[in-house]
Amino acid sequence: MQYWSFTEAAYPDLPEPETYPSIRVTLPNGVIDPERAASLWDRYIREWQVADECGLNVMVNEHHSTATCMTSVAPLITAVLARVTSNARILLLGNPVANRPDPVRIAEEMALVDVLSHGRLDVGFVRGVPYEISATNTKPIGMTERMWEAIELITRAWATHDGPFNWEGEFFHHRQVNIWPRPYQQPTPPVWVTAVSPSSATRIADQDYRIATFLTGYEGARTVFQAYRDRQAEAGKPVPADDKFGYAALVYTGKTDAEGLDGARKLLWYLTSNKVATEFLYPPGYTPYPVRAAGLRAHSAVHDPALLADQGGHAKKDLALMSLEELIDRGIVFAGSPQTVSNQIEKFYSEVGGFGNLLLMGQAGHMEHDEAVRGLELFADQVVPAVNRLTDAATV
Amino acid sequence: MQTLDLVDAHSGVEFGNGVRLDVRRDGTGERTALVLPGAERAVEDGRFLEALAEDFAVVTPSHPGFSRSPRPDWCSSVDDLAYLYLDWLDRSELTDVTLVGLQFGGWVALEMAVRSCARISRLVLVDSVGVKLGGPLDREVVDLFATPHAELDKIIYADRAHALGDLALAPVDDVLELARNEEALVTYGWQPYLHNPRLLNWLWRITVPTTVVWGDSDGVVVPDYGRGLAARIPGASFDLIDRAGHRPQVERPHDVARLIAKFAV
Repeated sequence: MQYWSFTEAAYPDLPEPETYPSIRVTLPNGVIDPERAASLWDRYIREWQVADECGLNVMVNEHHSTATCMTSVAPLITAVLARVTSNARILLLGNPVANRPDPVRIAEEMALVDVLSHGRLDVGFVRGVPYEISATNTKPIGMTERMWEAIELITRAWATHDGPFNWEGEFFHHRQVNIWPRPYQQPTPPVWVTAVSPSSATRIADQDYRIATFLTGYEGARTVFQAYRDRQAEAGKPVPADDKFGYAALVYTGKTDAEGLDGARKLLWYLTSNKVATEFLYPPGYTPYPVRAAGLRAHSAVHDPALLADQGGHAKKDLALMSLEELIDRGIVFAGSPQTVSNQIEKFYSEVGGFGNLLLMGQAGHMEHDEAVRGLELFADQVVPAVNRLTDAATV
Repeated sequence: MQTLDLVDAHSGVEFGNGVRLDVRRDGTGERTALVLPGAERAVEDGRFLEALAEDFAVVTPSHPGFSRSPRPDWCSSVDDLAYLYLDWLDRSELTDVTLVGLQFGGWVALEMAVRSCARISRLVLVDSVGVKLGGPLDREVVDLFATPHAELDKIIYADRAHALGDLALAPVDDVLELARNEEALVTYGWQPYLHNPRLLNWLWRITVPTTVVWGDSDGVVVPDYGRGLAARIPGASFDLIDRAGHRPQVERPHDVARLIAKFAV
């Protein structure tokens, strides 16, 4: 099992939620105190260094126009981590490629970070959540098609070494693609793509990329991973190794169960603070129109479609409304003493048919630096060896 | 999952190149009015179309992707719509057509008129979009995709009684049509947002009498935009409709129909 430590690097000092309609897109950035933002960044970078020192990997993601995530330009942060960490692999999960106009530039950014880190970069691609649409002014129609065209162009740009090639696709045009430098890892850094539903797994499986799913719980993760496994089996490929599968959960480890649960409650800020206005939750075209119509009609029942395991129009229960106990029962939060957390992860491992990458969100909102570090260190010291004993045995 | 029943090969009207559209016809007058609707729900234009039918044979297609008209993948720009309707006019051999563009349909009508006025004798634009008159900081058309529906109700209508209201309580088919229409509007008008930057350069090619009609309370595209548009079309007149928002044909159907009849006959 590989462990990837992750925070969204929030700016948590916000006015009362009643005073603003949406934490995404429209909350004025005048709320930010630049000094405070700079000191927050100092500690977030330090927490990733701690993860590295503890033997964990690190992960970075990207969101726009939101207090929930100050990583507005993930490639920059990965470049910083390339130089201030030593051993950790660095996963960017992911580049919102459907929202960016120039995939060749993304290929360059990732190749450069790969060189700067001496080949420690893992590159993820995501379609992007619906509230990134207005924040990036990107067309919400055809995003999946744009994402896959961009991935193909980027991976070709990495792997082509005999001079320029031509690309005139449906969405992107670049007549002389020849990036310098090329990636450190040959032929390319490992590629990850996220999936929310089983239908997204097919194409990822066809490309043999790593698949990751976020906060989808036992059932969601199991069905997504199974769709990947089924697709590879249909194609006559060998059974995919655990390292093809990644799962992101909120994770906090304390000395005792009570301490672990206290920490986990602070992580729930990530779910409860995500107040998003309906118009940014349901941009036209992001989902098929009947799904969107159902969402508009039931907007009070569905808080955030990006956090739903299935976007098929069923108004599933909003994660923000679940108790910590329910979130733990569903495998969305792993929290408690080291023994409890390792048991939860082991259970998850067996329920989803195995997975080889745990993406840990171990800091959110108002959790202070010391508390985040304590949870991380305890996880690395006591949970990792316990889980590895089981999962390594299962793999062998 | 519930979807809208779209027209098919039997119920749709052929508009060329395999495009079949949901078409409403009103009246039997000698002169034809081709009405190009906006992105809102088609049925609400009914009273206006009936009033217009006192003077015209009125043909009102739903654009591909809107209401119950299918949209082929290739049909994804306002250019495509303009050529589609121009081709239909040619094949119908209609002349002396009064072309009425409502809201989004006004943009389509403008794109048709700059290409060819051969079969068009009058152009009517009602709270139209389609051109950019101001600078980069001027948001001339409200960002419909970043505005709550409750707020849209207020800026589209002078009298909110015409609005759909709380979508949780609205008829399912109405919400489906709203959702489908908004998706189509994204297809045709996401960026540049509801305009063609090149269109302004070609408005001089509109050689038929043109009138620009505007709701005095339009909160989506304010009347000054309409005045600016009229000023750039050779000889165009401008009329305000009292107590009407973005869709004066819904709120003042007879006033708008009368104005068109007076202008065109």
